[in-house]
Amino acid sequence: MSLALIAAASLGAIGGVSAIILYGAAKKFVVIEDPRLAEVEAALPAANCGGCGFPGCKGFADALIKADDLSELYCPVGKEETMKTVAAILGKTVEAKAATVAVVRCAGSCANRPRTNLWDGAKSCAVVSMNYSGDTGCSFGCHGLGDCVFVCKFDAIVIDEETRLPVVDEEKCTSCGACVKACPNSIIQIRKKGPKSRRIYVSCVNKDKGVVAKKACATACIGCGKCQKICPHEAITIENNIAYIDDNKCKLCRKCVPECPTSAIIELNFPPRKTSEIQDTATN
Amino acid sequence: MLKTFALGGIHPKENKLTAKIPCEYQPLPKEAVVMVSQHIGAPATVVVQKGDEVKTGQIVAKQGGFISSNIHSPVSGVVKKIEPVADAGGVKRNAITIEVTGDDWAEGIDRSENLIEEIKDDAKTIIQKISDAGIVGMGGATFPSHVKLMPPPGKTAKYLVINGVECEPYLTSDHRLMLEKGPEIVVGIEILMVALGVKQAFIGIENNKPDAIKAMKKLTSKKKGIKVIPLKVQYPQGGEKQLIKAILNKEVPSGALPIEVGAVVQNVGTAFAVYEAVQKNKPLIERVVTITGKHLSSPKNLWVRIGTPVSSLIEAAGGLPESTVKIISGGPMMGKAMSNLNAPVTKGTSGILVMAEPDTARKPASECIRCGKCVTVCPMGLQPYALMVYGIKQMYDKLEAGKVMDCIECGSCSYTCPANRELLDYIRLSKSRLGPFIRNRKS
Amino acid sequence: MMQFLKVSPSPHIHSGDSVKRNMYGVIIAMIPVFLMSLYTFGLGALVVMLTSVLACMFFEYLIVRFLLKQQPSLSDGSAIITGMLLAFNIPTNLPVWIILIGSLFAIGVAKLSYGGLGRNLFNPALAGRVFMLISFPVQMTSWPLPLVNRGLYIDATTGATPLAIIKEGLKNGQDYAELLEKVPSYFDMLFGFTAGSAGEMSAVAILLGLAYMLWRKIITWHIPLTIIMTIFMLTGLLKFAGAPAADPILYILSGGALLGAVFMATDYVTSPMTARGMIVYALGIGVLTVVIRIYGAYPEGISFAILIMNAFTPLINTYIKPPMFGKPVKVKAVTK
Repeated sequence: MSLALIAAASLGAIGGVSAIILYGAAKKFVVIEDPRLAEVEAALPAANCGGCGFPGCKGFADALIKADDLSELYCPVGKEETMKTVAAILGKTVEAKAATVAVVRCAGSCANRPRTNLWDGAKSCAVVSMNYSGDTGCSFGCHGLGDCVFVCKFDAIVIDEETRLPVVDEEKCTSCGACVKACPNSIIQIRKKGPKSRRIYVSCVNKDKGVVAKKACATACIGCGKCQKICPHEAITIENNIAYIDDNKCKLCRKCVPECPTSAIIELNFPPRKTSEIQDTATN
Repeated sequence: MLKTFALGGIHPKENKLTAKIPCEYQPLPKEAVVMVSQHIGAPATVVVQKGDEVKTGQIVAKQGGFISSNIHSPVSGVVKKIEPVADAGGVKRNAITIEVTGDDWAEGIDRSENLIEEIKDDAKTIIQKISDAGIVGMGGATFPSHVKLMPPPGKTAKYLVINGVECEPYLTSDHRLMLEKGPEIVVGIEILMVALGVKQAFIGIENNKPDAIKAMKKLTSKKKGIKVIPLKVQYPQGGEKQLIKAILNKEVPSGALPIEVGAVVQNVGTAFAVYEAVQKNKPLIERVVTITGKHLSSPKNLWVRIGTPVSSLIEAAGGLPESTVKIISGGPMMGKAMSNLNAPVTKGTSGILVMAEPDTARKPASECIRCGKCVTVCPMGLQPYALMVYGIKQMYDKLEAGKVMDCIECGSCSYTCPANRELLDYIRLSKSRLGPFIRNRKS
Repeated sequence: MMQFLKVSPSPHIHSGDSVKRNMYGVIIAMIPVFLMSLYTFGLGALVVMLTSVLACMFFEYLIVRFLLKQQPSLSDGSAIITGMLLAFNIPTNLPVWIILIGSLFAIGVAKLSYGGLGRNLFNPALAGRVFMLISFPVQMTSWPLPLVNRGLYIDATTGATPLAIIKEGLKNGQDYAELLEKVPSYFDMLFGFTAGSAGEMSAVAILLGLAYMLWRKIITWHIPLTIIMTIFMLTGLLKFAGAPAADPILYILSGGALLGAVFMATDYVTSPMTARGMIVYALGIGVLTVVIRIYGAYPEGISFAILIMNAFTPLINTYIKPPMFGKPVKVKAVTK
């Protein structure tokens, strides 16, 4: 009996002393946080991807609270909804931003862009592009070793075995931009997702002159300017022998697509063209 | 006991197939492609135009900064085009293409074979002549030589170290040069000593070249202040810092240049080029290139004009064998694999190595088994296994703390790794990413 | 010429060293030890060895193939090494089912749960051995007598190891000189003719393996030599100071000190990677072994000592760096 009492008393004493120490420590070392910080952080997706440009979601939450104007800050993962929730918590307003997605601007599949040598080094695009032009004739295109896959935290990008090109999963892609930073050749770009995921873009970044580019890759942009001429919205510019479609100006009219002699302009998720339209382009 | 460096090191098979084959002259190419950037530093500025007629030895591109180098026409002919041409790795870089009409030398160049031993010029004139002649480090690093001869304020050179080590397997161009142009090299060394104002010069030669050691000892026996030091056969004996450690027993501090310990290192090839430039007024337009490989029918050492396509050198050595899988510009440890055989010879091309499958194929990498062999062989005392992981994860603070910038890229770690891990690939990548960052922070 | 030229960064040649070459080197080095155990203990040694090696390989294959869903790489030899070391560390009359449990723990828990070869924190064989020692203390500490019952397996007559005899004796206040007569001679210990685990007894065979591994440059001298020297000097010192200890030579020749120092502590994965780190690690093993043997509950302690130091290996790797070339200067002299 006494033994049990001693045990209970000593344990109780240890517990009591510990509780006092812990209480004291908690009081002494308390860090006063903005109560909204936890609230905002809870509203964020907790992906900690860094797509917003801040170190993790907590860093972003801190920035959101401190900022007067939320227009410069955007969470690419949570998108609109998250930003609206956050704005509601903070009593601020956000403007609607168009949904974006990562787009791979290279169509140099094995069929289009023949190999010229075999890469035998480390499986990293960054290592390849330090000194070599890659294992095809085009030194600007995709190396296909998957640095973008390695950095993607959402499993949204995979290398297609057949074409050796990365494929973006639209559903999973949060357009955080990690792959854009990882790609040594700056092939991947964050572009507007477009209504019903309809997009038109030039799938080539080759800055070589037309003849050289065409020799290396069947579907290279040769900078001929045909698309620029036909575009009614002045959305297409040509610089360094590559056409570029400004996704803010493009109205998705699709006139440039059949015009391209190398099929370098890609249209995505559009319904098939009417036969008359196809004939139209054929006569052109 | 032969001298050597203290840390790490490996012993790859030497395979010096061409050590006993005297140098031959490679005929002029039909078209010479002169790269505008053949050296470390700023590219040279082109001073000729399309259609211009140029003579052999005439300047075609002037140095584009302090750390840069002049470039001369290696042939006489007409400038056909000035536009980017694919280099050995297939990357397009600016170049001057000259259609060759003959070998009509520019005026004022002494092409005779007679040895001029008397040094008439003072230090300033010598350095100016070296700079004018476009001389760069001939060992492969291609650092402009005149920069090394002008120590920064507050530093003075005490010793000249001449690198005749040639620790890379297969290559024999420096070896042959020492045997065939020994007297010229010795005069070149004396010129360099005058330029630096030093009293002592050491020629480091690995012990696998007894004939070169004997020849150089004989030539320098009567010269005051020049000493030949035979060195243990150990890679990377020819690394600048390793060579200074072996010969002078001084360690160049991390992040500093050899001048910090009062040493200047020059290659024997550079010494020869200095002789030609100062005594004969001849710019750097040709060099010895070793064309070698176990499967080549006639590997050889060739005097080659800069701008000659590599493919013609391989033709001269008996053509490309069936078994070829890799062609390397330079040695097997630090050279660069070529994807484009039409790339021209540059000032830094010390050899062309044609390799077959079993010698060169990389095996698939597996998990690190933590054997620590990479740490043991690293001549700079780094921890390659850790640096590789930090590099992949882009942990730049750890990389800097791990002294990744001290890596001399000798390749000993990748060579040794039993798990075939691509240690140097990632370390080099980290260096290229971290380097600009550190430089920006400093300025 | 082949269709395409290969391109890769330098270096373009390789030493030809491989994980396989190192692993099979260790296996070859262990063969003399196995042969000595066969000679000393006969049938039991063979049964234990076969069970342990096959079980380790089998479990490795099963777990990697079906649990981790990867391509099993049995051919790298690491599972064979674990199996052999495990067999060396247990009495030759241990029932098969205990060995199976030990193998499963060694491979499944100590090795593959960390991610497989190269990632495990503890030496798998030792972890398996210690697991069995704690779980089945009676079976694990009754050793068959040497040379007498080669034809027997489970039923072999058993005896105590020299270290156990001395520990027990000293605890009961017996005289050391008296006890020394009960333990086998140095000559018997040198060749392994004593009671004990299958592989820990023959000093000659273990040293032969060590010489082979040093010659093939599989391991360096740092770890084995430091452990043996530490045990020798520290026991000498403690005995001189009056601690209840046997003489240093006996401590080195018995109780698996050599087997641990040569084959277990030198495991690549669980030992530090730099020469300096190896010496610190080996020193720790030596000191801990002696402390456990003289003051601890177990008559021998190298298994525990190695496992404890295994846990310190990541710390040693982080804080003990190799000597770097050139001390850094404060003002960097870069001319740019």
